[in-house]
Amino acid sequence: MEFQLTESTARIMERRDFLKISGTGLLGAAAMSVAGCSNNSGQAGQAVESLGKVVRNYPQAGLLGFGAMRWPMIKDADGTDIIDQEKVNEMVDLALEHGVNYFDTAPVYLQGKSEAATGTALHRHPRDSYMVATKLSNFSGPWTFQAGVDMYRRSFENLQTDYIDFYLLHSLSGRESFRKRFLDNGLIDFLLAERQAGRIRHLGFSFHGSREGFDEMMEMHAQYHWDFVQIQMNYSDWYSTDGEESEYMYTRLDELEIPVVIMEPLLGGRLANIPAPLEDMLKAVEPEASAASWAFRFCGSHPRIFCVLSGMTYKEHLEDNLRTFCNFTPLEESDYTLLQTVAAGLGDYHLIDCTDCKYCMPCPYGIDIPGLFQFFNRHITQGTYVASSAQKDYDRMRRKYLTDYDKTVQTVRQADHCCRCFQCLSKCPQKIQIPDELRRIDTYVEDLKQGKI
Amino acid sequence: MLRKFRIALASVFLIGLTLLFIGIGHQWWGWMAKLQFLPSCLALNTAVIAGILLVTLLFGRIYCSFICPLGVFQDSVNWLSSRRKGKKMRFKFHKEYRAVRDLVLLLFLLALMFGVQWFIALIAPYSAYGRMIRTIVDPTSWTAVAVAGGTLAVIFCFAWFAGREWCADICPVGTVLSVLGRFSAFRPVIDEEKCVHCGLCGKKCKASCIDTFNRKIDYARCVDCFDCLDNCKAGAIKYEFAWKRRKGSKAVAEGRENDTPDAGRRAFLAGTAFLGLSTAARADGGFAEVLPKKVPQRVERLVPPGSGSIRDFYSRCTACGLCISACPNKVLRPSTDLEHLMQPQMGYDKGYCRPECTLCSKVCPAGAILPIEPEQKSVIKIGTAKVNLELCLAFNHEATCGNCELHCPTGAVRMIEKDGRRIPVVNSELCIGCGACENLCPARPLSAITVDGISTHRING
Repeated sequence: MEFQLTESTARIMERRDFLKISGTGLLGAAAMSVAGCSNNSGQAGQAVESLGKVVRNYPQAGLLGFGAMRWPMIKDADGTDIIDQEKVNEMVDLALEHGVNYFDTAPVYLQGKSEAATGTALHRHPRDSYMVATKLSNFSGPWTFQAGVDMYRRSFENLQTDYIDFYLLHSLSGRESFRKRFLDNGLIDFLLAERQAGRIRHLGFSFHGSREGFDEMMEMHAQYHWDFVQIQMNYSDWYSTDGEESEYMYTRLDELEIPVVIMEPLLGGRLANIPAPLEDMLKAVEPEASAASWAFRFCGSHPRIFCVLSGMTYKEHLEDNLRTFCNFTPLEESDYTLLQTVAAGLGDYHLIDCTDCKYCMPCPYGIDIPGLFQFFNRHITQGTYVASSAQKDYDRMRRKYLTDYDKTVQTVRQADHCCRCFQCLSKCPQKIQIPDELRRIDTYVEDLKQGKI
Repeated sequence: MLRKFRIALASVFLIGLTLLFIGIGHQWWGWMAKLQFLPSCLALNTAVIAGILLVTLLFGRIYCSFICPLGVFQDSVNWLSSRRKGKKMRFKFHKEYRAVRDLVLLLFLLALMFGVQWFIALIAPYSAYGRMIRTIVDPTSWTAVAVAGGTLAVIFCFAWFAGREWCADICPVGTVLSVLGRFSAFRPVIDEEKCVHCGLCGKKCKASCIDTFNRKIDYARCVDCFDCLDNCKAGAIKYEFAWKRRKGSKAVAEGRENDTPDAGRRAFLAGTAFLGLSTAARADGGFAEVLPKKVPQRVERLVPPGSGSIRDFYSRCTACGLCISACPNKVLRPSTDLEHLMQPQMGYDKGYCRPECTLCSKVCPAGAILPIEPEQKSVIKIGTAKVNLELCLAFNHEATCGNCELHCPTGAVRMIEKDGRRIPVVNSELCIGCGACENLCPARPLSAITVDGISTHRING
C-alpha cells in the first residue's frame, strides 16, 4: 500500500466535544484546511467566488465528493445522447478550485460514457491535485477473470492515468455476490496484487444489501483490509423503520475505523425536492437553506465520513453544495429531531425508492423504468397527483397529469407495456419490486383515464 | 360591406375547420363540420340539408363562399394569384359547361349508389380539404401523401389559373346548389341605367359568370362573393331582392378575389408548427429498441363503435378524416386500398380503442359513426380477439406476462394453466374487439393476440 488514509481519533474526539460544547460551528479551522471559510450558516445568496474551500474530515479529501453518474447530457449531430464535455470541464474546474478533489465514476455510468468524460476533464489538471475513484462493475456476468481485468484496464485508458486512487468492487451485497464475482474467478487476488504494486491506491467496495450481508463483508476485513467502504446513507433511510441498516453500517465502520464514502445522500434527488409541507418545516428553521443542504449536513456531520458524493448535473447544484460544505455547519440535536420528523413525513407519501441510477436499464422490453418512477414521484412530491374526483380543479389536474405522462414517457415505454419478465429485479440496488411498482403506476393511470379516480 | 362580411365569416369557418382537422377545438367549433352539405346528406341530417337548400334559394350559393372550406381555400389561392402583376383582371365570361357539370354529378351519384369510394373521396369538397390538412399534420402513409398532394396540386392549379372554375363545373355539391342558386331571391343585380359598360366586373369575376356584354349574371355559377359590388366604380351592382317584378336591371359582378389570405397562411403555419413539434419528440437514451408493431392480416376490417356495420360505415363516410384527427389513441387512419380510399379504418399498432373515448362518434358529420356514450362502449362488439400461441411470451416461458388479461376492459381474455404453461384464452362473447390486448401484447412486431373485425357490430349482453 502506498499510503493509508490517516485520520486522528483525537480529532474526532476533539470535534465531538466541540460540538457538544458549542452545538454549532465548524470543526476547528486549526485542524482542517478550511482557510477562507466563514462560520456563518444561511449563506444561500453568497457568491461562490468568496466561498473558499470545502471542509475536510480527513486531510486528503474535501468532504464533498463529485459523483460522475449524472453529468449533463446533450445531443450530438445524429441525435444520440452524449456528455456535454464543456460543461463537465467547467464544473470540474470550479470544484477543484474549491477543494472538491474526490471524483467518483464507474464503467457503467451514463451508458459507459462517464469514465472517459471524467478522465478528459481531470486530465487537464495535475495528477496530484485530484483523486479519482472507479469501480469493477461486473455485476451482470460473465464473471470471468479476463472480463474483469479487461474492465479494470479500460478504466485506466478512460481515466488517462497509471494509478487509480480509489478502486471499488461495485455494488456487493454479501459473501455470495463477492464469491461469484471476485473470489471464484481470482479477481480479488489480482486486485490485491495491483494494490501492492501501487496501481490501486485504496481498495474498497460499495454496498447495497442487508445487515447480514454487510457483516459478511466486514468479516473479510481482517483478510483483505478494506481501505474504505462506500455505503448509502441519508436521513430518510437512517430514520425509516425498515432502514436502520445505514446506521448499523456506519457504526460498524466507525468501530473498525474504516473511512466511509457516502452515496445517495439525496436519494437520487428525492431529498432535494421534498413535498412542500415538509420543506416548510425546514425553511422555518433556515429560510435560505435548500432542502438538499439539510441532507448533506446530515451526512457531513458524521465524523467517520471521508466524503459525501453528490452527482451534480448543473453548476447550480455544485454552487449550492459548495455553500453547504464551505460554510459547513454540523447539525445540532434539535436538527436531528427535525430531520427525523421530516423522514417520518416522507414515509407517508409512499414514494418509489428509485434513485435514478439506471442499473435496471435497458429493460429488454423497452420500458423506461427510471423515467416512469421519476414521473410518478415527481407528481406526488409536487402535489400534482390526482387523489380524488372531489378534488378542487380535478378536470384540469387530471388532464395535465395524463398529458404530462405521455410527454414524459413515450407510449411504448409506459408502464402498461411491462410483461413481468422480472429481469430487472436482481439489478435494482434499492431492491424495488419494479414490476409491482410499474403495475401500481399503470393501474393508477388507467383508473385516471377512465375517470374512476 | 357585404364583401367584408363575407371575408370575415369565411375566415372564421376556414380557421375553425382547419383547426378541427388539426385536432383542436371540437368542443368549440365542432358544429362547423356538421353544417357541411355532403356529410349532412349522408347522415340524412334533414334539418341541415333543408337549411342549406333554403339559404341557397334565398341568398344564392353563399354556402360556397362562406362555409365550404375548399371554396374559401380556393378564394385564398385566387387572391394570391391575382396579386401578381398584370393578373388583376385575368377572367373572362364564358358560358356554363353544363354537360361537364351534369356528367360529373351523375358519375358522383352513381359512385354513391355503387359505393365507388375513391371517386367520392377524390371530388367531395369537404373531404378533399380535410385530406390536405390532415396529411400535412400527420402524413400516415405514402399513399395518403400522394393522394393529398395530388388533390392539393389540382385544386391549387384550378384556383390559381381559373378562379372558381372547379366550383362552377366540377364540384357536385356546387352543381346541386346551382339548381336553386339560379333562382335565388337575393342576388347581385346590374342596374343597367348606372352601368357604364366598363367590363371591369367581368374581368375580375373569379367565377367567370358575368356576361358584361349583355349585362347578365349566370346565377347558377355565382358564388355570391360580392366582389363585383365593391369593384363597380359606377355603383351599378347591388345585392337585392330579385323576386319582385323584373325591373329590367341586369346584374354584373366582377372578380377580384380577396379571401382570407390570412386564414390560408395560418392554416399552413399551424400545420408546419405541428410537424415541427412531432419531429422534436424525445429520442431514446439507454433504451432497448422497441420494434414497431406490424398490422396483422385481419379476416374482416375494424370500424369504430357507433358505425353499426362495415357496410353502413363505408356507405356514409365521405372520407373527410375528421374522426382521424379526433382520435387521441392513434387508432383511426386512412385506408389506402382503392375500394375505401382515404376512408378511415382502425389499427391497434399504436394504441387501442380506449373504453372512455367516444370522440370519433361525436365528431362524425356524416352519420357514419353515430354518437355513443362511454357507458355503451364496453358492450358494443366490433371484433373478436384470437390468440397465436407461437408468439405468446407466457406460453414460451419468456415472461410471466398477462398483459392481455390485465388490460381487457370486459374480462374476456383470461390466463389459464394448460399442460404446465400459462396461456391466454378469449371468451368471444365478452370480447368487444377494442384491441387493448393486441396493442399491449409484448410480442413484436406481430402481437400474439390480434383482433378481427366483424361485419355487423352487435351489443353484447
